[in-house]
Amino acid sequence: MEDAARLLQLVVNGAAAGCIYGLIALGFVLIYKATEMVNFAQGDIMMLGGFFAFSLIAHFGLNYWVGALLAIAATAAFGFALDAVVLRRVIGQPQFAVVMLTLGLGFMFRAAAGITWGYDSVGFTTPFTNRTVHLGTMVLGEDSVSIIVGTVLLCAALYVFFSRTRLGIAMQAASQNQLAAYYMGIPVRTIFSLIWAISAGVAAVAAILLSPVSMIDVNMGFLGIKAFAAAVLGGFGSIPGALVGGIVIGIVEQLAGYFLPAGFQEVTSNVVLLATLILRPQGLFADTLRKKV
Amino acid sequence: MSLFAAQELAVRFGGIKAVDSVSFEVRQGEVFAIIGPNGAGKTTIFNLISRIYNPTSGRLMFDGQDITTVPPYRIAGLGIARTFQNIELFSNASVLQNLLIGRHCHARASVGSQLLFLPSTRRAEVSHREKVEDVIAFLELERYRDTLIANLPYGVRKIVELGRALCIEPKLLLLDEPSSGLNVEETEVMGFWIEDIKKDLGITVIMVEHDMSLVSMVSDRVMALNYGRVLAMGTPAEVQGNPDVIRAYIGGEA
Amino acid sequence: MRYLFKTRYQQDLALMRHGGDRMSYGLLLVVLLLIPAVLGEFYVGELGAVFIFAITGVALMLLIGYTGLVSLGHAAFLGIGAYTNAVLLEKGVPFVITLPASGATAALAGIAIGIPTLRMSGLYLAIATLAFGSIVGTVFQKWTAVTGGFDGFAVPTPTIFGFPIEGATGVYYLSLAVLLFVLWISVNLLRSPIGRAMVAIRDSEVSAQSMGINLSLYKTIAFAVSAGMTGLSGALFAHYVRFLAPDSFDILLSIQFVTIVFVGGLGSLHGAIFGALFVRLLPQAIAIVRDYLPSAIGRMPGLEPSIFGLILVLCILFEPAGIYGRWQKVKLYFNSFPMYRRTSFRRQRAYARSERLR
Repeated sequence: MEDAARLLQLVVNGAAAGCIYGLIALGFVLIYKATEMVNFAQGDIMMLGGFFAFSLIAHFGLNYWVGALLAIAATAAFGFALDAVVLRRVIGQPQFAVVMLTLGLGFMFRAAAGITWGYDSVGFTTPFTNRTVHLGTMVLGEDSVSIIVGTVLLCAALYVFFSRTRLGIAMQAASQNQLAAYYMGIPVRTIFSLIWAISAGVAAVAAILLSPVSMIDVNMGFLGIKAFAAAVLGGFGSIPGALVGGIVIGIVEQLAGYFLPAGFQEVTSNVVLLATLILRPQGLFADTLRKKV
Repeated sequence: MSLFAAQELAVRFGGIKAVDSVSFEVRQGEVFAIIGPNGAGKTTIFNLISRIYNPTSGRLMFDGQDITTVPPYRIAGLGIARTFQNIELFSNASVLQNLLIGRHCHARASVGSQLLFLPSTRRAEVSHREKVEDVIAFLELERYRDTLIANLPYGVRKIVELGRALCIEPKLLLLDEPSSGLNVEETEVMGFWIEDIKKDLGITVIMVEHDMSLVSMVSDRVMALNYGRVLAMGTPAEVQGNPDVIRAYIGGEA
Repeated sequence: MRYLFKTRYQQDLALMRHGGDRMSYGLLLVVLLLIPAVLGEFYVGELGAVFIFAITGVALMLLIGYTGLVSLGHAAFLGIGAYTNAVLLEKGVPFVITLPASGATAALAGIAIGIPTLRMSGLYLAIATLAFGSIVGTVFQKWTAVTGGFDGFAVPTPTIFGFPIEGATGVYYLSLAVLLFVLWISVNLLRSPIGRAMVAIRDSEVSAQSMGINLSLYKTIAFAVSAGMTGLSGALFAHYVRFLAPDSFDILLSIQFVTIVFVGGLGSLHGAIFGALFVRLLPQAIAIVRDYLPSAIGRMPGLEPSIFGLILVLCILFEPAGIYGRWQKVKLYFNSFPMYRRTSFRRQRAYARSERLR
């Protein structure tokens, strides 16, 4: 009984961490599906979102909910501008150039954040900090629960947006066939910038949900590497896949930390990633495509 | 005597039979054309012969040898060269380098001797270069020798791709739509090259082609395909007069 | 402009195109040999580091620029070379053996990662090598019995036939020699069938296969050669830093290496050298400029990485051909003055793959 409860708690904590990975991975996938770019700066955009929230809530003393919403909006605006000013120029260039470009942007974001907010870890109090929920014999941190609930709500909202609203459907169309969407009168370039805005906004949500669990610092963007594992596990083109992948990675990581010797937890996500790619070189849920000759 | 034979060749992608029990033989020294409407499975047959696809059933015989399970990179060494519908040249390399890559299946130098560029490698390189220069002279490509493929006009690229295939010194040459993207004049020139390849070099040619004028000009025998099945086989005139073939091209159930 | 009349096929296989090349490269070598006699210890050390990075740059150029396989995990090979060298030296093995052994160990590691990743396409390969790099980085930290973990590892001074290789000058000459060797090997590769097979794989895998190129074999060779060269560079790196810390072989270092290739200019060995010069000397240049800036800007701690990132971004946006590409344009401008046309270098598809993963 004791063991089962312990195990369940590990799974819940893992799922909470996994939701964060999944949300970052969601950002990768949205952008990838639309523009064929892989944004290596996604983790750093999340970091910026975290710092925006910190400034608004801890520094200017805004209410948590107001501050969080403003921070999400600010990060989304930042994502929109990033695409409109920089990334739009490299559409059609080789993927690798885009990888290097976003890596370079990541460097700049980290440096800019360091200059603005300093290199120390910071945090702000949230309504969920240090509170617990009792579920039968289980004691769960409200922070973990809030992450899971927040992710579920966000995903539901995104699902409704993409399947029910005009703009969401236009985005799907632009992702599937740019030219056809363009001929149907969809402003494809603006749509792409909006997709960048959404994925930046999602990253900001991830940072805010994460803030009761871990501090915000300049290097938190490296979480993005674990999110790669999630995205690859999910097949890189699939939004539910990214979330499931993230949760799997999160849980496996927790279990590895508990059952395996020290040091294994850190490499878990990478080992899972490599193993996935070796077994299914095209990703787990993707169909194998071959260049036509 | 037949140089190449496909026996009951079939391949399916999912539920679609792209090629459905196709059998044909190609005789030594002839030009054999495969025609048919779009999606008839012509290029798929080429991809099966060059082993890019695995056949679902059937056998491929070449030069008295079963090549159905040979890995794709061995095909060139056996003496089968091919060109591609939309040109698959190495576009960031020069014409000379592209043609030298055609000599790859004849390279025998070990990794070590290449790393150190031993005299044996140097001698081999010079002899490859001599063979390549023969092809350059044959196809009159001298003025493009050091030009990057990316900077060449389309028509010249087609000739370079043909040259790269010739550098393999093949017994059998597969030409996938040699006239696609060429104007009338260039197509006629291509026809002359194909005739020269057959007469002067004695290479057997299988070609997939849409342009009936080119087919009539160069081919000895023609096979018409539709929906992956053989419709007709014979001389160009016979096949062109075949009512099934006409129906497949014009459409309708008449 | 110089017009070259070729009369023998051998001329296309020669290392130097003409007397002028021999002259300028010879002069460059003489200058490089004399530098330690002229410049101070610090600058000699920094130039030595440039050579070490240039070796890795050349190695990565073969893999990324010529074979089209992107690796974001080359710091791991550098680390494997560095630790192999240091551990063997500690055990009393002579340096003339430990240096090639470092290269060989790294090459084996390259084969080990090359074979399972053979079927992966561009982007997945980049992510897989990233994961490999960070796994190896963690191994360095946790395998304390060999690497000493976070206590670090003091690298013994190497001796070649009784002569100790000491200080910045020793490392400088040693690195220069290894760099020349690596360049010679690379040029040899590029003018033989292996090099052409690599280029073929980069530009079209399907057609490379139809030309008789065994994709698996040549990708593995490319990985092995590249990792091996990086291992050599790692052995030298150990002597440059003299004290190995397990966290120095991280993702940021791998990214720096890829930056060398990218900023230098994909698809040219010159580019690798230019890139290494850029990546190693930029921090020095910033340090010098910093003193002349108003202290509010000059004292900012994030100045260096932000400029690094900015230059990377600007380079990709405005000069995808890299420093070497720009250099060639400038050269052509002067050679053909006043006839230069802007369209002489129409932008062409760069040397990286773009394959959509769905």
